[in-house]
Amino acid sequence: MIENLFFMNGYGLYVWSAFLFTLVSFLTLFLVIKIQYNKEKNKFIAKFGSLNPEKATFAKSQSINKEILSNTSSI
Amino acid sequence: MFKYFEPNKIFSITSKAPKYVLFLFIVIFSIGLTEALILSPEDYKQSHSVRIMYVHVPAAWISLGIFSVITFLSIVGYIFKIRNFFLIAKSLAPSGLVFNIIALVTGSIWGKPTWGTWWAWDARITSMLILALFYTMYLVAWRIFEDNDKVFKVTSIITILGIINVPIIKYSVDWWNTLHQPASINILSKSSIHISMLFPLMTMTAAFALFSLLIFLMKYNTELIKIKNKGLDRL
Repeated sequence: MIENLFFMNGYGLYVWSAFLFTLVSFLTLFLVIKIQYNKEKNKFIAKFGSLNPEKATFAKSQSINKEILSNTSSI
Repeated sequence: MFKYFEPNKIFSITSKAPKYVLFLFIVIFSIGLTEALILSPEDYKQSHSVRIMYVHVPAAWISLGIFSVITFLSIVGYIFKIRNFFLIAKSLAPSGLVFNIIALVTGSIWGKPTWGTWWAWDARITSMLILALFYTMYLVAWRIFEDNDKVFKVTSIITILGIINVPIIKYSVDWWNTLHQPASINILSKSSIHISMLFPLMTMTAAFALFSLLIFLMKYNTELIKIKNKGLDRL
Protein backbone atom coordinates (compact mmCIF):
# COMPACT_ATOMS: atom_id res chain seq x y z
CA MET A 1 0.00 0.00 0.00
CA ILE A 2 2.83 2.39 0.95
CA GLU A 3 4.59 1.59 -2.33
CA ASN A 4 1.41 2.33 -4.26
CA LEU A 5 1.06 5.65 -2.41
CA PHE A 6 4.54 6.69 -3.54
CA PHE A 7 4.61 5.32 -7.09
CA MET A 8 0.90 5.65 -8.02
CA ASN A 9 1.13 3.44 -11.13
CA GLY A 10 4.04 5.50 -12.46
CA TYR A 11 2.36 8.87 -11.86
CA GLY A 12 3.88 9.38 -8.39
CA LEU A 13 6.57 11.77 -9.56
CA TYR A 14 3.99 14.07 -11.20
CA VAL A 15 1.47 13.92 -8.36
CA TRP A 16 4.00 14.40 -5.55
CA SER A 17 5.84 17.21 -7.34
CA ALA A 18 2.53 19.08 -7.88
CA PHE A 19 1.61 18.77 -4.19
CA LEU A 20 5.15 19.61 -3.08
CA PHE A 21 5.23 22.72 -5.26
CA THR A 22 1.92 23.84 -3.70
CA LEU A 23 3.22 23.28 -0.16
CA VAL A 24 6.50 25.09 -0.83
CA SER A 25 4.59 28.03 -2.39
CA PHE A 26 2.30 28.22 0.66
CA LEU A 27 5.22 28.12 3.07
CA THR A 28 7.22 30.72 1.15
CA LEU A 29 4.29 33.14 0.91
CA PHE A 30 3.45 32.68 4.59
CA LEU A 31 7.06 33.33 5.67
CA VAL A 32 7.50 36.36 3.39
CA ILE A 33 4.31 37.99 4.72
CA LYS A 34 5.23 37.06 8.32
CA ILE A 35 8.69 38.65 7.95
CA GLN A 36 7.13 41.83 6.48
CA TYR A 37 4.63 41.91 9.37
CA ASN A 38 7.31 41.50 12.06
CA LYS A 39 9.51 44.13 10.39
CA GLU A 40 6.73 46.74 10.40
CA LYS A 41 5.65 45.86 13.94
CA ASN A 42 9.20 46.13 15.29
CA LYS A 43 9.62 49.43 13.48
CA PHE A 44 6.39 50.66 15.12
CA ILE A 45 7.50 49.56 18.59
CA ALA A 46 10.90 51.26 18.14
CA LYS A 47 9.30 54.50 16.95
CA PHE A 48 6.77 54.42 19.76
CA GLY A 49 9.56 53.95 22.30
CA SER A 50 11.38 57.03 21.05
CA LEU A 51 8.34 59.33 21.49
CA ASN A 52 8.33 61.82 24.36
CA PRO A 53 5.74 61.06 27.13
CA GLU A 54 3.24 63.63 25.89
CA LYS A 55 3.23 62.32 22.32
CA ALA A 56 3.24 58.71 23.56
CA THR A 57 0.12 59.37 25.68
CA PHE A 58 -1.59 60.94 22.68
CA ALA A 59 -0.59 58.06 20.39
CA LYS A 60 -1.73 55.51 22.96
CA SER A 61 -5.18 57.11 23.06
CA GLN A 62 -5.84 55.56 19.65
CA SER A 63 -7.14 52.02 20.09
CA ILE A 64 -5.38 50.72 16.97
CA ASN A 65 -1.98 51.75 18.37
CA LYS A 66 -2.75 49.96 21.62
CA GLU A 67 -3.70 46.85 19.62
CA ILE A 68 -0.44 46.94 17.68
CA LEU A 69 1.58 47.27 20.88
CA SER A 70 -0.23 44.39 22.53
CA ASN A 71 0.74 40.80 21.77
CA THR A 72 -2.72 39.86 20.53
CA SER A 73 -1.87 40.80 16.96
CA SER A 74 0.80 38.11 16.59
CA ILE A 75 0.21 34.60 15.23
CA MET B 1 -22.41 51.82 5.80
CA PHE B 2 -18.82 52.36 4.65
CA LYS B 3 -17.81 53.65 8.11
CA TYR B 4 -17.78 50.02 9.27
CA PHE B 5 -14.88 49.41 6.88
CA GLU B 6 -12.65 51.94 8.66
CA PRO B 7 -9.27 50.38 9.56
CA ASN B 8 -9.41 51.59 13.18
CA LYS B 9 -12.68 49.73 13.70
CA ILE B 10 -11.75 46.45 12.07
CA PHE B 11 -8.12 46.13 13.22
CA SER B 12 -9.20 44.70 16.57
CA ILE B 13 -10.80 41.83 14.63
CA THR B 14 -8.20 41.39 11.88
CA SER B 15 -5.33 41.37 14.39
CA LYS B 16 -6.79 38.51 16.42
CA ALA B 17 -8.27 36.44 13.57
CA PRO B 18 -5.07 34.99 11.92
CA LYS B 19 -4.31 32.44 14.66
CA TYR B 20 -7.84 30.99 14.48
CA VAL B 21 -7.80 30.97 10.67
CA LEU B 22 -4.37 29.25 10.70
CA PHE B 23 -5.68 26.55 13.04
CA LEU B 24 -8.77 25.97 10.89
CA PHE B 25 -6.65 25.90 7.74
CA ILE B 26 -4.31 23.23 9.18
CA VAL B 27 -7.28 21.03 10.14
CA ILE B 28 -9.14 21.36 6.81
CA PHE B 29 -5.93 21.08 4.76
CA SER B 30 -4.93 17.87 6.57
CA ILE B 31 -8.35 16.35 5.86
CA GLY B 32 -8.15 17.53 2.24
CA LEU B 33 -4.66 16.05 1.73
CA THR B 34 -5.71 12.69 3.20
CA GLU B 35 -8.73 12.56 0.91
CA ALA B 36 -6.86 13.78 -2.17
CA LEU B 37 -3.81 11.53 -1.84
CA ILE B 38 -5.16 8.40 -0.13
CA LEU B 39 -8.95 8.07 0.06
CA SER B 40 -10.16 9.34 -3.32
CA PRO B 41 -10.29 6.82 -6.18
CA GLU B 42 -8.09 6.89 -9.26
CA ASP B 43 -9.65 7.91 -12.57
CA TYR B 44 -10.52 5.16 -15.10
CA LYS B 45 -8.71 7.10 -17.86
CA GLN B 46 -6.10 9.28 -16.15
CA SER B 47 -5.30 6.87 -13.30
CA HIS B 48 -3.56 8.53 -10.31
CA SER B 49 -2.55 11.66 -12.26
CA VAL B 50 -6.12 12.91 -11.64
CA ARG B 51 -5.03 13.69 -8.05
CA ILE B 52 -3.24 16.78 -9.38
CA MET B 53 -6.75 18.18 -9.95
CA TYR B 54 -7.13 18.61 -6.17
CA VAL B 55 -4.48 21.34 -6.10
CA HIS B 56 -4.77 22.63 -9.68
CA VAL B 57 -8.51 23.38 -9.82
CA PRO B 58 -8.93 25.10 -6.40
CA ALA B 59 -5.85 27.24 -7.10
CA ALA B 60 -7.29 28.34 -10.47
CA TRP B 61 -10.74 29.05 -8.97
CA ILE B 62 -9.32 31.12 -6.12
CA SER B 63 -6.94 33.14 -8.31
CA LEU B 64 -9.88 34.03 -10.59
CA GLY B 65 -12.12 34.82 -7.61
CA ILE B 66 -9.52 37.05 -5.97
CA PHE B 67 -8.93 39.02 -9.17
CA SER B 68 -12.69 39.59 -9.52
CA VAL B 69 -12.91 40.82 -5.91
CA ILE B 70 -9.87 43.10 -6.41
CA THR B 71 -11.53 44.62 -9.49
CA PHE B 72 -14.82 45.17 -7.67
CA LEU B 73 -13.07 46.81 -4.69
CA SER B 74 -10.94 49.00 -6.96
CA ILE B 75 -13.93 50.25 -8.97
CA VAL B 76 -16.14 50.87 -5.91
CA GLY B 77 -13.19 52.37 -4.02
CA TYR B 78 -12.41 54.70 -6.89
CA ILE B 79 -16.03 55.83 -7.39
CA PHE B 80 -16.80 56.37 -3.70
CA LYS B 81 -13.23 57.36 -2.72
CA ILE B 82 -12.88 54.63 -0.09
CA ARG B 83 -9.14 54.24 0.60
CA ASN B 84 -9.62 51.14 2.69
CA PHE B 85 -11.06 49.22 -0.29
CA PHE B 86 -7.73 49.77 -2.08
CA LEU B 87 -5.89 48.54 0.99
CA ILE B 88 -8.04 45.38 1.09
CA ALA B 89 -7.51 44.85 -2.66
CA LYS B 90 -3.73 45.31 -2.28
CA SER B 91 -3.67 42.79 0.58
CA LEU B 92 -5.54 40.19 -1.50
CA ALA B 93 -3.21 40.39 -4.50
CA PRO B 94 -0.17 38.38 -3.23
CA SER B 95 -2.20 35.23 -2.53
CA GLY B 96 -4.05 35.70 -5.85
CA LEU B 97 -0.75 35.74 -7.74
CA VAL B 98 0.63 32.73 -5.86
CA PHE B 99 -2.55 30.71 -6.55
CA ASN B 100 -2.31 31.71 -10.21
CA ILE B 101 1.30 30.45 -10.36
CA ILE B 102 0.29 27.21 -8.57
CA ALA B 103 -2.49 26.69 -11.16
CA LEU B 104 -0.04 27.23 -14.04
CA VAL B 105 2.75 25.02 -12.64
CA THR B 106 0.52 22.15 -11.47
CA GLY B 107 -1.36 22.35 -14.78
CA SER B 108 1.95 22.02 -16.59
CA ILE B 109 2.90 19.01 -14.42
CA TRP B 110 -0.52 17.45 -15.14
CA GLY B 111 -0.13 18.19 -18.87
CA LYS B 112 3.00 16.05 -19.28
CA PRO B 113 1.46 12.63 -18.50
CA THR B 114 -1.95 13.58 -19.95
CA TRP B 115 -1.12 15.47 -23.16
CA GLY B 116 2.53 14.49 -23.53
CA THR B 117 3.75 18.09 -23.19
CA TRP B 118 4.59 20.48 -20.35
CA TRP B 119 3.18 23.51 -22.15
CA ALA B 120 0.91 24.39 -25.07
CA TRP B 121 -0.18 27.82 -26.29
CA ASP B 122 -3.74 26.73 -25.71
CA ALA B 123 -6.49 29.34 -25.10
CA ARG B 124 -7.10 28.37 -21.44
CA ILE B 125 -3.44 28.12 -20.48
CA THR B 126 -2.44 31.30 -22.32
CA SER B 127 -5.30 33.31 -20.80
CA MET B 128 -4.25 32.09 -17.31
CA LEU B 129 -0.71 33.26 -18.06
CA ILE B 130 -2.11 36.66 -19.07
CA LEU B 131 -3.94 36.81 -15.72
CA ALA B 132 -0.60 36.22 -13.96
CA LEU B 133 0.83 39.16 -15.93
CA PHE B 134 -2.05 41.39 -14.78
CA TYR B 135 -1.47 40.33 -11.16
CA THR B 136 2.23 41.15 -11.57
CA MET B 137 1.47 44.56 -13.14
CA TYR B 138 -0.97 45.30 -10.31
CA LEU B 139 1.59 44.51 -7.59
CA VAL B 140 4.41 46.32 -9.43
CA ALA B 141 2.19 49.43 -9.73
CA TRP B 142 1.85 49.52 -5.92
CA ARG B 143 5.64 49.46 -5.65
CA ILE B 144 6.34 52.05 -8.36
CA PHE B 145 3.86 54.82 -7.56
CA GLU B 146 4.22 56.66 -4.26
CA ASP B 147 1.35 59.09 -4.74
CA ASN B 148 -1.95 57.62 -3.48
CA ASP B 149 -4.21 59.18 -6.12
CA LYS B 150 -1.96 58.00 -8.90
CA VAL B 151 -1.63 54.44 -7.59
CA PHE B 152 -5.42 54.17 -7.05
CA LYS B 153 -6.00 55.29 -10.63
CA VAL B 154 -3.34 53.05 -12.20
CA THR B 155 -4.31 49.92 -10.25
CA SER B 156 -8.00 50.50 -11.08
CA ILE B 157 -7.17 50.70 -14.79
CA ILE B 158 -5.07 47.51 -14.56
CA THR B 159 -7.90 45.60 -12.87
CA ILE B 160 -10.53 46.88 -15.33
CA LEU B 161 -8.37 45.75 -18.26
CA GLY B 162 -7.55 42.48 -16.52
CA ILE B 163 -11.18 41.60 -15.71
CA ILE B 164 -11.91 41.39 -19.46
CA ASN B 165 -9.65 38.33 -19.43
CA VAL B 166 -11.65 36.53 -16.69
CA PRO B 167 -14.68 35.52 -18.85
CA ILE B 168 -12.21 34.62 -21.61
CA ILE B 169 -10.54 32.16 -19.19
CA LYS B 170 -13.89 30.75 -18.12
CA TYR B 171 -15.33 30.24 -21.63
CA SER B 172 -12.07 29.59 -23.54
CA VAL B 173 -12.71 25.83 -23.45
CA ASP B 174 -16.16 26.35 -25.03
CA TRP B 175 -15.22 29.03 -27.56
CA TRP B 176 -12.10 27.37 -28.98
CA ASN B 177 -10.82 23.86 -29.59
CA THR B 178 -8.40 23.47 -26.72
CA LEU B 179 -6.24 20.74 -25.24
CA HIS B 180 -7.68 21.69 -21.89
CA GLN B 181 -10.79 19.72 -20.94
CA PRO B 182 -14.17 21.50 -20.49
CA ALA B 183 -15.45 22.26 -16.97
CA SER B 184 -16.56 19.18 -15.01
CA ILE B 185 -18.40 21.24 -12.41
CA ASN B 186 -21.33 23.47 -13.29
CA ILE B 187 -23.36 25.48 -10.81
CA LEU B 188 -26.41 25.74 -13.07
CA SER B 189 -26.42 22.25 -14.59
CA LYS B 190 -25.52 18.72 -13.51
CA SER B 191 -21.81 18.20 -12.80
CA SER B 192 -20.01 15.33 -14.51
CA ILE B 193 -17.71 14.66 -11.54
CA HIS B 194 -18.47 11.81 -9.12
CA ILE B 195 -19.14 12.62 -5.45
CA SER B 196 -16.06 10.60 -4.38
CA MET B 197 -13.92 13.14 -6.26
CA LEU B 198 -16.15 16.17 -5.66
CA PHE B 199 -15.83 15.90 -1.87
CA PRO B 200 -11.99 16.08 -1.72
CA LEU B 201 -12.07 18.83 -4.35
CA MET B 202 -14.42 20.93 -2.23
CA THR B 203 -12.40 20.24 0.93
CA MET B 204 -9.20 21.39 -0.77
CA THR B 205 -11.02 24.46 -2.13
CA ALA B 206 -12.13 25.33 1.41
CA ALA B 207 -8.55 24.86 2.66
CA PHE B 208 -7.13 27.07 -0.11
CA ALA B 209 -9.77 29.74 0.60
CA LEU B 210 -8.78 29.70 4.28
CA PHE B 211 -5.12 30.05 3.33
CA SER B 212 -5.85 33.08 1.15
CA LEU B 213 -7.89 34.55 4.03
CA LEU B 214 -4.94 34.00 6.37
CA ILE B 215 -2.49 35.69 4.00
CA PHE B 216 -4.95 38.51 3.40
CA LEU B 217 -5.34 39.17 7.15
CA MET B 218 -1.59 39.13 7.76
CA LYS B 219 -0.89 41.41 4.79
CA TYR B 220 -3.75 43.77 5.71
CA ASN B 221 -2.45 44.10 9.28
CA THR B 222 1.05 44.77 7.90
CA GLU B 223 -0.30 47.54 5.65
CA LEU B 224 -2.21 49.13 8.56
CA ILE B 225 0.89 49.12 10.76
CA LYS B 226 2.84 50.67 7.86
CA ILE B 227 0.27 53.52 7.76
CA LYS B 228 0.48 53.93 11.53
CA ASN B 229 4.29 54.09 11.27
CA LYS B 230 3.93 57.03 8.90
CA GLY B 231 1.46 58.57 11.38
CA LEU B 232 4.04 58.35 14.19
CA ASP B 233 6.58 60.13 11.97
CA ARG B 234 4.16 63.03 11.62
CA LEU B 235 3.60 63.39 15.39
